[in-house]
Amino acid sequence: MLALLAVPLIALAGASSPTDLLAGVRHPLFGPALRLSALTTAASLAVVVAAGTPLAWWIATRPRRRVRWAESLVDLPIVIPPAVMGIALLETFGRGGLFGPALAEAGVRVAFTATAVVLAQIVVSAPFYVQAAAAAFRKVDEDMLIVARTLGQSPSGAFFRVAVPLAAPGVVAGAALSWARAMGEFGATLLFAGNLPGTTQTMPLAIYAALESDVRAAIALALVLAAAGGLLLLPLRLAAR
Amino acid sequence: MRPAPSPTPKRWRVRVQVEAGDFRLDAELEGGEDPVVVVGPNGAGKTTFLRAVCGACRPAAGTVRIGDRTLFDSDKGIDQPPEDRRIGYLPQGCGLFPHLTAAENVAFGLVGRGARRQAGRGGRAANRRRAAVALMEEMRCADLADRFPASLSGGERQRVALARTLLPNPEMVLLDEPLSAMDAPARRSFRDYLAAHLAERNRPAIVVTHDARDVRALGPSQVYVLEDGRIAQQGRPERLAASPATAFVAGFFAE
Repeated sequence: MLALLAVPLIALAGASSPTDLLAGVRHPLFGPALRLSALTTAASLAVVVAAGTPLAWWIATRPRRRVRWAESLVDLPIVIPPAVMGIALLETFGRGGLFGPALAEAGVRVAFTATAVVLAQIVVSAPFYVQAAAAAFRKVDEDMLIVARTLGQSPSGAFFRVAVPLAAPGVVAGAALSWARAMGEFGATLLFAGNLPGTTQTMPLAIYAALESDVRAAIALALVLAAAGGLLLLPLRLAAR
Repeated sequence: MRPAPSPTPKRWRVRVQVEAGDFRLDAELEGGEDPVVVVGPNGAGKTTFLRAVCGACRPAAGTVRIGDRTLFDSDKGIDQPPEDRRIGYLPQGCGLFPHLTAAENVAFGLVGRGARRQAGRGGRAANRRRAAVALMEEMRCADLADRFPASLSGGERQRVALARTLLPNPEMVLLDEPLSAMDAPARRSFRDYLAAHLAERNRPAIVVTHDARDVRALGPSQVYVLEDGRIAQQGRPERLAASPATAFVAGFFAE
């Protein structure tokens, strides 16, 4: 099993010589895709943390049986294939979708834009963050929060001074996991945002596009993504300690 | 400004009804400036009772009054949040914040908005620490100031947690088994310290304990026996020891 996990990555690293790598990095698809991936994942991570943290806190502090429905809803995008989420997003924000007419009236186009890329990333990556953050918040001893309140802290004071520092490792790990998932997002993006270089072509989509013309570019893109993933392991490992 | 100690003895009165699943708690306690002790078997509702008094859980019905302040009244729709009640709470597990040193834990109560209102923004970090360490010295645990809770023994944690509860000068303190993790000599000296501290500041206290010697040392005017969510017996400790109403009371004072 370990070999199966490791050998493909070693093969990937070995498939490319420095000159090939340089050529790949200079490939016209590379720069825009890297830039787009960096921007869209930063945006989706910001939304996931900003909106996911209150949700995680709410899930963690309510009686379990009363939040089970919300937890199941959060889990759904993990078990549903990304391509299905892509179609579902089209049916929501696409021209013929649920909000299609309203969006058209407002002169806003969502599908096949960078906004769609961000939306797709949010939907597929948020569950990882919310789950991890809720698990981390749940581990915070209730007595500590009560004591903080009796010592004069408002609910938000107790949250930021006690719950956040104690849950921080788990919350950061969740954010890293969620960001990695957003970075690798392919299926929902392809269906909902398309594969338009410069606007919606993120790194994984650029690999897909480059594979047809220039394998070296595809490998260079893949290596950059693999390195980013490797770097992410660092905070994850630190948090796990 | 902190209200000056009232010349007339302060009375407090608490009645809470809590329903949680099958469990029903309905208890009424009152007292003055000397400590009141609550005893009872595990699962009798002691912790739930303390949580309801400090505002951590909302009783279905009841009142919480200290002196002329009404902190909770289900009929009048009054429900002050814990941070406004000025009730110190020491939970059984101490609830020390693991990410803060002992001194930072003790000083924590000087950071809140209630504390700031009182100290008029004078609560700078250095001052807070000075106040925390001074009290820790009085409680003979100043040497622990820079240690983190994880490195403290159970008894040391209880000292630090007690200092943290007392530092912001609460109008009443709720102590859930405050001495249980201390070894015998520490427990003896600390019992006396606690009794003297509470008496000296005329500070009402509800102390939960399972040790009859704590009851004797604190010399409470009233002992309440909480069994299965209700007050099974109440009275002066001598009276309870002399004519116990339940098997638990008899066993408790027989030690």
